[in-house]
Order: sequence, then C-alpha cells, then structure tokens
Amino acid sequence: MLLIACPFCGPRDETEFRYGGESHIARPGPSSQISDERWGDYLFNQRNSKGLHLERWCHGAGCGQWFNIARNTVTHEILAVYKMGEPAPEGLE
Amino acid sequence: MTRYSALSLIRQGLAGHRGWAPAWRSAAPKPRYDVVIIGGGGHGLATAYYLAKNHGIRNVAVLEKGWLGGGNTGRNTTVIRSNYFFPESAAVYDLALRLYEKLSNDLNFNIMLSQRGLLFFAHSRHEMELFSRSVNAMQLNGIDAELLDADDVRKLVPILNFSDSARFPVWGAFYQGRGGIARHDAVAWGYARGASALGVDIIQNCEVAGFRVEGGRVAAIETNRGVIEAGAFGLAVAGHSGVMAAKAGFRLPITSYALQAMVSEPVKPILHTVAISPATGTYVSQSDKGELVFGGGLDLHPSYAQRGNLPVIETVVAGLTEMFPIFRELKMLRKWAGLVDVVHDSSPILGPSPVEGLYLNCGWGTGGFKAIPAGGYLLAHIIATGRHHTYSAAFDLNRFASGALVDEAAAAGIPH
Repeated sequence: MLLIACPFCGPRDETEFRYGGESHIARPGPSSQISDERWGDYLFNQRNSKGLHLERWCHGAGCGQWFNIARNTVTHEILAVYKMGEPAPEGLE
Repeated sequence: MTRYSALSLIRQGLAGHRGWAPAWRSAAPKPRYDVVIIGGGGHGLATAYYLAKNHGIRNVAVLEKGWLGGGNTGRNTTVIRSNYFFPESAAVYDLALRLYEKLSNDLNFNIMLSQRGLLFFAHSRHEMELFSRSVNAMQLNGIDAELLDADDVRKLVPILNFSDSARFPVWGAFYQGRGGIARHDAVAWGYARGASALGVDIIQNCEVAGFRVEGGRVAAIETNRGVIEAGAFGLAVAGHSGVMAAKAGFRLPITSYALQAMVSEPVKPILHTVAISPATGTYVSQSDKGELVFGGGLDLHPSYAQRGNLPVIETVVAGLTEMFPIFRELKMLRKWAGLVDVVHDSSPILGPSPVEGLYLNCGWGTGGFKAIPAGGYLLAHIIATGRHHTYSAAFDLNRFASGALVDEAAAAGIPH
C-alpha cells in the first residue's frame, strides 16, 4: 500500500490517486511522416520495467493534478516525486 | 510412464503406495534442442506436450526458473469459460474448453474439471440490456450462453442477497453451463507428465539470463545452467514477458500488474456455480475442499511483486459480503497474487516476435488459466509449421501496427 506525496496536497493514501502510464513518452511527428509501426510503437509498447519505473499519476480524488513518480515495481518503494514537464531526477533516468 | 487406473491404484494401495514412480523426469539441460520453451507454467508445458504429440517434435526442453506451475498456473482461481464477445476470442477460448473437456482422458491425469456452470450477474435494467446483446453475440459465436432472469438465478443461487435493501440487486445473469473450474496444479502436472513421457526434457531452476542474437535470429540462450542452442524458442512467461523481451532487444504492448485471489476457511457445500459480479468487482466459487475461492480486479498500479495490495482486498471482500450476506461470518485463510500480462485490448499475443526464431505466447492477462490448452496447442502449431493457425492469426503482434485490435477490454470491461 502506497503513501504518495502529492506535490500539491502532501502525503495521501494511494486510493485517492490514479495510475496514468509510463512517463516521458514523446509523441513522434509530424504524423504524415510516421509509419504505422512507429505509431503503434508509440501508442502501445511499454518498457514495463522490473525495478525502477518512471510513471505518471493523477490525484483524482484530491487536487486533480498530474505529476511524475519514480517507483520500484518490485518493492513498491517511491524513490522520487516530481512535476510534469520536469526531467527524471539525476540517477533515476 | 505408469498408466494411472483404478487397477494401478488398488495394486499400489495393497503395496503401501511405495511403488509409484515420479510423474516426470527431472532432466539436465543438453547443449542443443530442436525447440526450447521458456516458462514451465501451463502454457509452456502444454506447448511442449502438443509439439511432441501433434507434430512429432520431441527434442524439446521446457525451462522453468522456479518450480513447475509456481507462477500464475498455481495462483489463479481456476475458472474456465468461453463466453466471449468477439468471434476470434470465442474460437480460441472454446478450443481451450473443448480440449479441457477431454484433457483428463488425453493426459491420463485427473484435472478434476467440474463444469458446474458460471453466472455473470446483472445489477440493473441497463446491464440486462447489455447482457442481452452480449448473449446474442455469444450464441452467434456458437457458445452455450443463456440469459436468465432474477427468478432463474434465485433457483441456482438462493443465498444471493435478494432483499429489498440490497445495494446491488440481482436483475438476472448470463449463464454458461459448460463453464466451471478445474484443479490448476493438476493441469501443470498432467501436461508435464504427458510431455515427459513423449521425450520432452523438463528443467526446473533454470533461469534465462540473455539471448544470443546472430543476424537478427535467436541462436542460443544463456542460462544459469549453461548456454542452450535451439532451432526455435517459445516464450510463455506471462507477467515477465516484458523482462524477457527487453533481454532479446524489443518491447511489447504489455503492462504487468498484480492480480489477487484469496480463500476463506472451508465450509460445507453451499455455492454450486461460479458467480461473477462485474458491478461489485468480485467473483467466487467453492473449491472441492469447501473453501470459497474469490478475487476481483487488478491492483491499482503496475507491479512485479507477487503479493497484493490492501485496498483491492477491501473492495473484493465488500463486494462478496454484500452479494452473499451469509458469508459475512467467514474468516479468510490466506491471500496471494500473480503477475498478469495486461494488453490494451485484453486479448492474447500469439505468433512470431520481432526477433526471428523467437515465438510469443503472452498477453492473456487475467484470463490465462482457462486458455492453457489452446495457448499450448496454437503455439505448438505456429512453431512446428512456421505459420499461424486459423484461430491464432487475429492475435499476431502486428495488430498493434495495423490497428485491428480484438477489443475484449471494451466488450467485457472486467478481469476475466
């Protein structure tokens, strides 16, 4: 069970949050030059890392804001919380 | 292999059960095989069995990093059904069900298949309308699906909450009479015994560390028990598919989640069907030992920990006790989790991988157990012939580039 430190509201129970997929996936473009394979890769393929995973979360039952979490998917330890648009913290890329 | 029969049981019983031979050979890895299957769960063992039995390819090894059936095959809730919305899905899952119906005889191993029927409850008029559409689709797919009203359901499951104050009143259900449960360990052990008797090497405690890719083709794998070469490799590792794919140099449209299940203390027979409620997020059956076996939705975030998360347990137990007030006094015995390989359209991935010589059987998500015979049958066909089976073509990895998804996620919208 996770205690997530929302950057806007502080520490809250995980049931207030919603997992929103892997972070830092750049949309390829321009779309006219993107093959079906590249587009499918962008839409569907996942790193699905065992261990360090950079992911987006939304504080749906709180402030409604999105942010990033660096989390270990084996121990569930939260290693860092950082805002949308920021790069992953040093050492956690 | 000693055939199991009433006669062999009597003979062994009179001899004090000291003469039973191990059900399969525990082999040491050879340097080279025709086919190596990675993953000694149900799907991997079934693939090896059908390679040997249907295609005569017997120089085969199954590698398992732990013990046979110790992953999802031993962690699921053993539900079997084939009532799917899309024809492509119904074809695969009904192939699995038809193979399951004959599996005890085929393997000479009792998998304890109990076709006790399976109910999906509707809790509102709107759900009844949706279910009516689903049942029509299933009947067109040739599946024995029926729509039941509340009175029919009450006859089958009188202990459901039919009170006026029910938070989730039962309006009806759709029913598949051929659905049910089976003994999950027996499926793994039966396939292992059958495959071993046909010459397949079963190698436990053998973990794959890396793939040797030469000229775009997998030539060999590196394991903790040495390098093993093969003409073709099959991958059947469910929640660890992404980890293996990364080692081979590609990514998959898979996210790994923990899916929990739990059992109550054993009680006398009281629930005679499998009961599933999409609205409460709970499903339940009663095991032959008398325990209620129940579970629900995925945990809230991706995970590689084979243990569960408390909020989901709370949801599942709340749903169970709301639907069955009589179960409120029961104590829980234990809970556990398996790592499921969830795909966007909740349909499996079968066929070649981006690396030549490596074939995929993954993406079954929360519904892998019911599909074991079909997953093994189809992957064996693909590896042996180099071509898709009619039933597997729609589930190729290329659907994520073409866009031809088989979107059971939208059709069902629940774990299954």
